[in-house]
Amino acid sequence: MKGGGGRTGRARAVEAVVRAVMSASGWLAIVILTAIAAFLVVNAWPAITDPNVGLVRMLTGTSWYSTNAQPEFGFLPYIVASLRVTGVALAIAVPVGIGAAVYISEFAGRRVKEIGKSVIEFMAAIPSVVYGLVGVAVVGPAIKDALHLPSALTALSAGVVLAFMALPTIITISEDAMHAVPNDLRMGSLALGNTRWQTAYKVIVPAAGSGIFASVMLGLGRAIGETMVVLMVAGGTMNLTWSLTDSARPLTAVIASEMGEVVQGGMHYSVLFVIGLTLFVITFVANLAADLVLERQRRRWRR
Amino acid sequence: MSASKRGARVRNAHLVEVGMKIVTGAAAASVMLSAAGLLAYLLYRGLPSITWDFLTKAPRYGGIFPAIVGTFWLVAGTAAFAMPIGIAAGIYLSEYAPRGRRTRLIRLSIANMAGVPSIVYGLFGLAMFVMFFGFGVSVLSGSLTLACLTLPVIITTTEEALRQVPQDLRQASLALGATRWRTIRKVVLPAALPGIVTGAILGLSRAAGETAPVLFTAVFFSAPLPMSPLDKTMALPYHIYIMATQPNKPQPGIVWGSALVLVAGVTIINVVAALGRSRARRRVTW
Repeated sequence: MKGGGGRTGRARAVEAVVRAVMSASGWLAIVILTAIAAFLVVNAWPAITDPNVGLVRMLTGTSWYSTNAQPEFGFLPYIVASLRVTGVALAIAVPVGIGAAVYISEFAGRRVKEIGKSVIEFMAAIPSVVYGLVGVAVVGPAIKDALHLPSALTALSAGVVLAFMALPTIITISEDAMHAVPNDLRMGSLALGNTRWQTAYKVIVPAAGSGIFASVMLGLGRAIGETMVVLMVAGGTMNLTWSLTDSARPLTAVIASEMGEVVQGGMHYSVLFVIGLTLFVITFVANLAADLVLERQRRRWRR
Repeated sequence: MSASKRGARVRNAHLVEVGMKIVTGAAAASVMLSAAGLLAYLLYRGLPSITWDFLTKAPRYGGIFPAIVGTFWLVAGTAAFAMPIGIAAGIYLSEYAPRGRRTRLIRLSIANMAGVPSIVYGLFGLAMFVMFFGFGVSVLSGSLTLACLTLPVIITTTEEALRQVPQDLRQASLALGATRWRTIRKVVLPAALPGIVTGAILGLSRAAGETAPVLFTAVFFSAPLPMSPLDKTMALPYHIYIMATQPNKPQPGIVWGSALVLVAGVTIINVVAALGRSRARRRVTW
């Protein structure tokens, strides 16, 4: 039995090694997320602590003169630009997305459901730069002609294109949430004589509420963090305005278009990392909210 | 309640029912139709410029070959880093991880990684791989950056595929005296493999289309074919971006042709992966 003992001994060693490797891979997610935050903070630190730049002055300042002898880095206009573009995107994507999700989950037959899901998968798979291209060539000019605007590249055009990119996220996750509502509730409501819409409106949507909220949060995260579409379609002029038909220069576009020209390690470089950190914090909060709410819902339906 | 009043209410509910079915149906239909319109428009604008020369020649001869090759290498590099780690992490979460706060923390990190904007991955890649590790603007830096971005997708889909494997199979194998790892390797992994591969392919096809993360980490507008992992490279999405935003657009055919090649590549990979998954699902019955 000596050989047998050796074999189990070796098996035990292999088991331990494998376990260590697997768990290290799992923990790597935490390591990477921490590393992202750490590298952003370290590179943003010179700008945050500089007496002439400083975090508060950047977040509330309204003038951005990066190449002046006495440069100013107030990026409030860029934050407002991000909000304008994201606001348009969500104003379209939330009602349309939830409506489509209700239809696919509650009204559609099996075939329509399957076709719908594959179309949404296709939409989600299209690269953002292609959406940007379509925005520049088709959506922007169409909006310009329809509203008689002086320019095709506006916050409105970018927001409309972004809505398409947020839609797959919102539809998929809302639909999942409605699908996860126990069928008993649906059947119970229908058995009481409610119509399908009454069931959807009074039973399913409230029950799936947290999932729908999560889908909106994740859609928001996608829209505010999207780079290529706003870089190509939003116009890129710095201006502090709430007007939707003016050009916009959102946070992501600032990083993408200016990082190529800065002196690496300089103040401008550091300020771009502050903008990155701002985006990281915004999306982190949106995702955390979505995740906490989803987890609560999961626990509720598990019983 | 009088009979007529009830009749009116039922009729009313019926009207609302039909109305809302139309409204929500219109929402769904508008989404579907725009997707179909987008595909049709891409084909209409892109197809005329797709020729053999377009796919196999350098830009100065009107082709996009180096951009295709560059994207291929970036994706290959991403796969090399993200697949082993992502699959291992998925196995850990499904098979080993105890229920508890630490595992919850890992899951939370993965969910948050998935939500980090791609441009922020670009900044991270620039700071960590390009500057800190000194890999420079290169295929290696770009692949590592894209790997970080793809990791959450691969981890999540791997874990889901493993969870689909019934618990009985594991218990039967363990009851026969197999160790945990032997059970995973011989029983669980083969059963879950189609799902894992599909997930990995979906993640990689996303990486193929990303522009923002490689902007400062890997690409250069007219780089020659990369000869080593430390070379700069061209990439299809970046090529589209540059060609589309040039002030004097010389050949719109190149832009739309490139866009069609990228979308077709991504879509074909996705469809093949989805078909493979559904076939495998049909074959395996528990």
